[in-house]
Formats: sequence, structure tokens, C-alpha cells
Amino acid sequence: MMPRWLVPLVLLAIAAALPFGVSTYYVQFIGKAFIMGMLAMALNLAVGHGGMVSICHAAFFGLAGYVLALMSPGYDPASLVLTLPVAAAASGFVALVIGALALRTRGAYFIMVTLAFGEMMFFLFHDTDIAGGSDGTYVNAKPEIAIAGHRLLDLASPLAFYYVVLALLIATIVLLTVLLRSPFGHALAAARDNERRARSLGFPVYRIRLTAFAISGAIAGVAGYFATAQFGFVAPEMLGWHLSATVLVMVLIGGLRSVTGPLVGALVLIGLEEVLKASTDYWKLAEGLIVILIVLSMPNGVRQLWPLIFGATGDAATRPARVPAEANHV
Amino acid sequence: MSEVALSATALDKHFGGLRAVSGVSVDVHVGEVHAVIGPNGAGKSTLINLLSGELFANAGRIMLGDADITRLAPDRRARAGLGRAYQKTTIFPKFTVHENVRLAAQARSPHRLRMFGGVGSDAAVRARAAEAIARVGLAGREAVIAEALSHGEQRQLEIAMVLATDPRIVLLDEPLAGMGQAEARGIIALIASLKQGRAVLIVEHDMDAVFALADRLTVMHDGRVIASGPPQEVRMHPAVRAAYLGDHGADA
Amino acid sequence: MDLVTFGVQLLNAVQYGMVLFLVASGLTLVFGILGVINLAHGAFYMLGAYLAYWIATYTGSFALAMAGGVAIAFVVGLLLETVFIRRLYGRDHLAQVLLSFGLILSIDEAREILFGKDVHSVAPPAWLAGSFQLTDNLSYPVYRLAICAFCLVVAALIFLVVTRTRIGMIVRAGAENREMTRVLGIRFDVVNRYVFAVGIALAALGGIVVAPVSTVFPGMGDGMLILSFVVVVLGGIGSVAGAAIGALLIGLTDTFGKVFFPSVSSVLIYVLMAAVLLWRPNGILGRREV
Ligand SMILES: Nc1ncnc2c1ncn2[C@@H]1O[C@H](COP(=O)(O)OP(=O)(O)OP(=O)(O)O)[C@@H](O)[C@H]1O
Ligand SMILES: [Mg+2]
Repeated sequence: MMPRWLVPLVLLAIAAALPFGVSTYYVQFIGKAFIMGMLAMALNLAVGHGGMVSICHAAFFGLAGYVLALMSPGYDPASLVLTLPVAAAASGFVALVIGALALRTRGAYFIMVTLAFGEMMFFLFHDTDIAGGSDGTYVNAKPEIAIAGHRLLDLASPLAFYYVVLALLIATIVLLTVLLRSPFGHALAAARDNERRARSLGFPVYRIRLTAFAISGAIAGVAGYFATAQFGFVAPEMLGWHLSATVLVMVLIGGLRSVTGPLVGALVLIGLEEVLKASTDYWKLAEGLIVILIVLSMPNGVRQLWPLIFGATGDAATRPARVPAEANHV
Repeated sequence: MSEVALSATALDKHFGGLRAVSGVSVDVHVGEVHAVIGPNGAGKSTLINLLSGELFANAGRIMLGDADITRLAPDRRARAGLGRAYQKTTIFPKFTVHENVRLAAQARSPHRLRMFGGVGSDAAVRARAAEAIARVGLAGREAVIAEALSHGEQRQLEIAMVLATDPRIVLLDEPLAGMGQAEARGIIALIASLKQGRAVLIVEHDMDAVFALADRLTVMHDGRVIASGPPQEVRMHPAVRAAYLGDHGADA
Repeated sequence: MDLVTFGVQLLNAVQYGMVLFLVASGLTLVFGILGVINLAHGAFYMLGAYLAYWIATYTGSFALAMAGGVAIAFVVGLLLETVFIRRLYGRDHLAQVLLSFGLILSIDEAREILFGKDVHSVAPPAWLAGSFQLTDNLSYPVYRLAICAFCLVVAALIFLVVTRTRIGMIVRAGAENREMTRVLGIRFDVVNRYVFAVGIALAALGGIVVAPVSTVFPGMGDGMLILSFVVVVLGGIGSVAGAAIGALLIGLTDTFGKVFFPSVSSVLIYVLMAAVLLWRPNGILGRREV
């Protein structure tokens, strides 16, 4: 069997070689799945690592898309270097504000409050005529990096787009891994596992969680920015809570205690949707039932099948999530 | 008289109509073990929760040295030098012994929330954690997941975590509860050694341990202090004998 | 705004708030007793409205639609509890959220298969179909008043159950204190099943009652779910009185918000929620944590 450290390299090589083996449709499809994987990994920073079950990450995702749409000058491409940071910062800031309020509550309350504030963001774009109201708006040209009129990078090329998304995906994985191995990451996990103990040791639990929540929102924004650039379109539904819940399903499928698990979850769920859509008109019914089945049969996600496939691992980061209700500290 | 590390004045705490703590004042001195005893439901744990900030008092004042900490959140109090162990063991059950204590040491490090660099890279934190583990007698058990420890070992672990935060005031709520004889003896010796340079407040039902450890004794009953002072005086106090110690006080 | 218009708006606000209370109290009951957070609650509100439309179309009787809709929802509730929900007891909130999300997807699709995705309207019962002429160009539908009266009766019933029965004690004790109520000797498995069914039936009832004054459309459950959550957050989990206060507050905020601040009205209730979170994070009548 392959040594463990080789696995990511092989996967990376496959991902990098992919555009040369499959049609443009699939390159775009995988690109979309990667973007959703980024969103799911961002969400899992809050849910799995921070213990904050948030149902408003679609709002951060969609908001960044709107920032791109609003900053795009008509039919000309927007500057990536300018708009991406603004979009991520906007999402991070809104996450900070929503988190600051929602983190005053715990458990089921937190879920309800995030859901409600997420819907507030939805209505903000749905009921007002910012960027097309309920119809949404087009982003006519994909963002680019240009210096003095020279295009260095043009996202309109599917190949360039794919590699940029792949690079950001890797950056997200690296960033989250570094963060979770740092003192901050351990403090976050400690607060999740036993809030009272973390606090009485001297950890400022509220601030730690809020920071993680805002970072998670900003990464979700980066994902949303590229999703919008890829579709060339943004609509209020992109902020809606059905998307938030769907991403939560990806997180659960991938497993709560890992960095890359949610990426796997995203690939699995999006692949599954594709198969279901192709095979039945009632694919949502099937998907709903499958989600129910997964929740009931695999509390730790498909990851719990991995030891069966790859052999047991003793990695501290993947120690199984504790499922009983007492694990809900937020 | 020795320096007062923690001073609470006229604390009140009500739960609905129940006065769990009423008009309680305690001073905890550096270099002393101050024991609080009293029957079940006397308000001892509530008092500790008030001191540690887990509960806010309805009335009264708490001073940590010269600083008024009455309205300070528990994490701020902890960083100001207050460490506590709970009556019901409160640790990180999914983390190893080493990780538990390292987290505690990290909490007092200036880099406690640094976002880069592995947790293991801070030598000072590692050293403080190792020292605390050795001091409570858990050396050799570092790699064990905390929830797999015996009950007694978990109590030891919690004390190690408190020690690793290098507190100036230590609050211990029934540290011996559920411990075997041998384990208890070790912990009693450990607690006795803690008061070097620190103030220790301990709630304990084991009278032998209390009289072995305490430099000062406060007796609570129904949320009130009914006696406080040197142990030998307090045990002779008629109200105490009537309310709590009964015959036990005579032959302890 | 003259007094009559104000009165009309006030009535609208109260009527809206009462329906909201009906639905939200079902949510609170289920959460308070079962400890389960049910995102599919709104889906049953939607289902109730569609059932009302369907039965009323075939029988021509709104009374039958109401009875039938509630009965069907109740039975579906019993079934769902037995098959799915009971497996969630003691599981974390994430599992509950996702399982109920799966239910939403399934219910939505089932609705599409059974009733399609068209927008419908339902006629109120004939004897309530008229309206009061208030001024020359202002009238008020009798049916809306009837909603108020009906909801008041149901609310009174809910309050009676919560304040006078042992099950009510559990609700008031709240989900956190469930061990305490265990000693009351209540058969939890049986109680849970019926409580869940009643909660679902209340959601459906809400949908049925509003069907004649609003349209019946696929997305109506989502909006109601969010509003119910806001009601619970405002009032405090497990507090039925809190739910009543929260529901009325939202009714007033929404109705008068639309009158006075039409451009931002949809955001106002969230501002209200933010204010309450700052002021009392556990809700207006929620237990204080510290
Ligand atoms: N959070 C709370 N809410 C309501 N009542 C409480 C709460 N905490 C404690 N009490 C009540 O306050 C009183 C004092 O409790 P406390 O735990 O302080 O007693 P104690 O002296 O520590 O008892 P023990 O020796 O059994 O640990 C008890 O009657 C208890 O039931
Ligand atoms: Mg106690």
C-alpha cells in the first residue's frame, strides 16, 4: 500500500492532470465541486472544529458574489486583485456581526439565530432592488488580473479558472491545517469539547469562536466569489438557507473532525446529485431520503468507512466526533 | 498577618427564592490553605462559582489583590491568576493527558492564541505542562486519552491542569471525592505543598483531610457562614457542633 | 394614518401574530419536550395549506378541509416520529437539523408529486365569506376576525395544557431539565410520539387557517419556519407565554413596518431579534443563564 504522505501528492497530481483527460464540461463540473468543497471546509471550521452549528454560511457565500457583481464595471472584467479581497472582507465582516450576536446564544438557539440572520441577508437582496432584486444579476465578464492593459490572468479561460480554483483549494487546505494545529486551533477545539473548562483555564471562548466564525465566513466568501464568477450570475437563492443546509450535509458526509473531509463530502454529494438528476425526475425525494439515511446510519460521516478501506489510523485530528447531545456546547 | 490574595465581602446569590449564599465574606491568604466545610446544599460550590466568576453575585464584592473583580468574566479572572477544579471532574475527555495539561499551560502563555506554528513548538509551555503532570503523579500516562483514565486519575489530571496555569489562588471543590485511600494521601500531600507562594481555598467533606490541611476553617450552613477562624477554635464552636460536626468534631 | 386604518392594521397585526403563535407553539412544544429541533416544521405548515386546498376543492367544505388536514398531519406526525424522529433523541443538534432537512426535501417533492407546484387560493367557508363595511372604501373580512377568534381558542387550550397538566410541567421545565421530569413517571416514548404529532398538527393547522387569506404556494413553509424560529428566539425556548409575546411582537413589527418603512420592512423583524439578543440573549421570558 501507498505510504500515507504520498496520498495527497497523488491526488494533487490527478487533479492537476485532469483537464487533459476529460472534456471542458467535466473540468467545469469538477471546478464547481471544488468551490463547494471550499465552502464546506470553511463551514466545517465553524461546525466541526468550533462546535458552532451555523446555517447561514450561504449568506456569506452569496454576499461575496454580490460584491463581485456590484463591483463589475458593466461589460468589462473586474480586477481580481481588487474585488476578491473586498468580497472576502465583506463576507468576513458580516460573519463577524452575525457571529457577535449569534454567539450570545447556545445550542439550538444558535442554530435558529444563524438561520434567521442568514434569511435576513437573503431578504435584503430579494426584497430590495440592489442588483436586480429577486431576479438576481449577471456578471458579464469574468474577473482578470491585468497590469497596464496586459492580461496576466483571464478567468474566462476554463483552464485558467480551473487552476486558480485548484490553487485556492490547496491554499484553503493549508491555511486551515496550519490554523487548526496552532495554539488558536487547539483552543478552539478545547472550547468546543468543554466550554466551561476552557474558560476557567483562561481562554476567552467568545472571542476565539467569533474569530473562527469570521475566518470561516471570509473563506466562504472566497468560494462564493468564484462560484459567481463561474456561473456569471448571482441571485438571492445563492444566499438561501437550503444551500447552507446542503453544505452542512457535505460536512456531515465528510466527517466533522478533519480538514479535507468536507471536500470529500462535497464531491460525494455533488456527484450523487448528478447521478440522481440523470436517473429520476424525483431526485430531490431520493436525495432527501439519502440524507436521512446518512444521518441515521453514519453519525461520523463516510469517513468512518475509511479505516475499513485504508486500515486504521490513530490520528488525533480524526478521533471520532462525540455524538451525544452533551457535545453541543454552542 | 500574611497577605490577602482573595477577599470576598458580603456575597449574596439567590436562585429564584432560594438564598444559596447570603452575606458570605471570606479572605484567602497567601501561604495558607483555607478550608470551607458545611453540609450538602450549604452553598459551598455556589461560593466557589461566585469567586471564579462562573456565577455573578447578586450583591457583594470580590477583590483579587487590589483589583475589584466582582464583574469580571471567568476567563479574565483565570488570567488574573485564579485557578479552579470542579466538584464534578471537568477536563477535555477526548484529549490526551498531555494535551489537556498543555492546553492549560498554553492558556497562560503570551502566545495562547497564536494562529501559526504547531502547539508543540512552545518550549516554555511544554516544560510547564510536563512539570505539572509529574507533580500530580501522572508521569508516564501522558499519551492516555483522558476519558480512559480512572476516576482518581481524572481528578489528578484536573489538578495538574490548574497547576499548569500557574495560579496565585487555587480553588478546589472536593478534590478528594471518589478517590481511593492511597490516591487521596498523595493529593493531600500535594495540596499541602501548593500553598507555597499561593493561596488555596478548598471545599472538602473528608474531615481528616480538612484538619490535616487547613490553616483556616470556614463553616457554612444554609448559605451563611456560621463560624470562621483557626480550625481548633472553630471545631469547638457550639453552633458548628450543633449544625454540622455533631459528635464527629469531638473525636476528629 | 387615521384611526380606522390604524385599527385595521392593528387587527391584521394581531391576526398575523396569532397564526404565528399557533405554528411557533408547535415548534416550542416539540423542542421543549423532545429536545428535537425540527426544521421541517415549516414544511408541515405548507403541507397543511395544500391539504386544505385539495380537500376543499374536492369536497367544497372548508370545515372538512380543516378537520381532514389536521387529522392527516397528525397521523403523518405519528408515523414520522415512529420511523425517524425517535432515532434522534439524544443525538446532537446537527443530526436533528440534517435529518429534518432531509424531511423537507422529501416533503417538498412529495407535495410536487401530489399537488404540483402551482399557486392556489382557497375560499373561506361561506358563512364567514363576507366583510364588514368600515368606511366608504374600507372593509374588513369577517374571516380574518374569525381567525383571531379561532386562534384565541386554540391558544387558550395550549395554555391550559401547559399550565395545568403534567406534560405542561415538562414543557415549562425545559429541555435542559429533562432528568428532573423523568421522576414524574411519565412514559416518554408514548408522550413523545403524541407531542410530535400535535406539534406537526399545529403547524398544519396554521397553514390551513391562513390558506383563505393568503395564497397557497410551495415556498410558504420556509418563510414560516424562519419566523417561528424568530418567535422562539424572541420569547425564549420552552416558554409558551414567550412564544405568544414573540409572535405578537413580530405581527406588529411586520405589519406596521410595511406601513411606515416599506423599503426595509422585511429586515425589521431581524433588527428586533438582534435587539433582543443584545438585551436578553435567552429571550424575553427565557431563563437567565447566570
Ligand atoms: N444553578 C442553580 N440553580 C438553582 N439552584 C441551585 C443552583 N446551583 C445550586 N443551587 C442550589 O443552591 C444550594 C447550594 O448548592 P451548592 O451546590 O452550593 O451546595 P454545596 O454546599 O456545594 O453542596 P454539596 O456539598 O452537596 O456539594 C442548593 O440548595 C442547590 O440546590
Ligand atoms: Mg458542592
